[in-house]
Amino acid sequence: MILDDFFWRSLLAGAGVALVAGPLGCFVVWRRMAYFGDTMAHSSLLGVALGFLLGIDLMLGVFAVALVVALLLFAFQRQRQLASDAVLGTLSHASLSLGMLVISLMTWVRVDLMSYLFGDILAVDVKDLLWIYGGGGVALGVLLWIWRPLLAVTVDEALAQAEGIPTLRLQLVFMLLIAGLIALAMKIVGILLITSLLIIPATAARRYSRTPEQMAMGAALVGVASVGLGLTTSLHFDTPSGPSIVVAAVLFFLCSVVPLPRSS
Amino acid sequence: MADSAERTLLQASGVSMRLGRLQLLEQVSLAVTEGEIVTVIGPNGAGKTTLLRILLGLLPASSGRVVKRPRLRIGYLPQRLTVDPVLPLSVTRMMTLTAAHPRKQIVSSLEETGVAHLIDEPVQVLSGGEFQRMMLARTLLGNPELLVLDEPVQGVDYMGEAKLYELIGRIRDRHGCGVLMVSHDLHVVMASTDRVVCLNRHVCCEGQPEEVSRHPEYLRLFGLESGTALAVYTHHHDHTHHLSGAVHLEQPHAETTTREPS
Repeated sequence: MILDDFFWRSLLAGAGVALVAGPLGCFVVWRRMAYFGDTMAHSSLLGVALGFLLGIDLMLGVFAVALVVALLLFAFQRQRQLASDAVLGTLSHASLSLGMLVISLMTWVRVDLMSYLFGDILAVDVKDLLWIYGGGGVALGVLLWIWRPLLAVTVDEALAQAEGIPTLRLQLVFMLLIAGLIALAMKIVGILLITSLLIIPATAARRYSRTPEQMAMGAALVGVASVGLGLTTSLHFDTPSGPSIVVAAVLFFLCSVVPLPRSS
Repeated sequence: MADSAERTLLQASGVSMRLGRLQLLEQVSLAVTEGEIVTVIGPNGAGKTTLLRILLGLLPASSGRVVKRPRLRIGYLPQRLTVDPVLPLSVTRMMTLTAAHPRKQIVSSLEETGVAHLIDEPVQVLSGGEFQRMMLARTLLGNPELLVLDEPVQGVDYMGEAKLYELIGRIRDRHGCGVLMVSHDLHVVMASTDRVVCLNRHVCCEGQPEEVSRHPEYLRLFGLESGTALAVYTHHHDHTHHLSGAVHLEQPHAETTTREPS
């Protein structure tokens, strides 16, 4: 059976995550939340530590911590107009370092830190696949459901609010989706590279899109292609899989910014 | 009296807004009736946008009351809207951002504001004036009874400003809707408005443009030469100032004349 082969399992897992990360990443890019997403992702190492500490599923720990961090950041940003990138930068590295410290103090568990930081896609099992396609399907469904109002909030919050859109609730749901994706994607590209899966395919798809929906689909396609190219490279040249996927995505991005020959 | 209450679209009474130790608005009262253009002018930080947000129901006031005609249809043009170049958005998409409309209706709205030829363009290629005209067309889609326009001529060059205000006047004539505008410029807007409310956290003075433009509070607020235009002012002042500058109302709990939804 195809799922018995580790390469196909990883390919399916990576593609599944990329299909969700593409459209979700478009909103991250449109809403200028790249650094926000990065901070959420970095904080998830704390979630891994928490998972080990409490003996709960690591994905659940990551999801919970990412969500709490997102809510904190969100409340902080709404409350006052602080230089928010300084806040993000502080929290991002504070939570990453704290996660590392906690893990290193837990001498009774042997943790392969590299696999959490840069992903361990080749170790994906069938249970992971079920999570990715189940959870990812739900995430895509929800995104589709809130697509139009979320786009309106992205263009202008005051306008959307004045036209009857529950902007606060939508933004909370959006952060829930990002936290979910981070939990799903941790094994694929690792904590440090998750945001790249959100941002790079979306940016690569921008040039060839005339509508938001085209860009979302383009981003999903670029993401899947990056996973394919990255994993193949990883297999042939024995390079780490997560970084190989990201480098492949960057190649697609570079292709998209090269000037086209003028038609006619 | 009953008739004027019937024609009132929106009435704010004694609206105050406090944020921490900051008093953003103090006892602001204001009304807009059908077919009337009311312009709120005031310097930066006078609380103009805060007032609009309260009137629209986007922000709860600390105290005071806003009464709108039941089921009032409002067309809103927010301040300083820019669409990031990374978001591919056409004019049509912008028009249908929160609700679907038939293309015919979109075209006719855009025609009314003179930018129908741009319907399939990305919004990022529009000039400042074209963008504001698109946003104005957007407000017309819901067949509004009241237009709320926050700095409608922002990013528009000087020649375009007067034309845009003229257009707003024509829209009012054609649709019979009330218009509540916010502006920080003085001269151009004065020519195309029925009533001016001069706001600096509280209502400094209000009345017809000619009256307000001669009002000492207005002249002082904008640092204008008063000698040239000093004249008897005719409108009623409902407040006095304490030495600290705080406003003292003669009737702190003035009742509204607006019809209550029963």
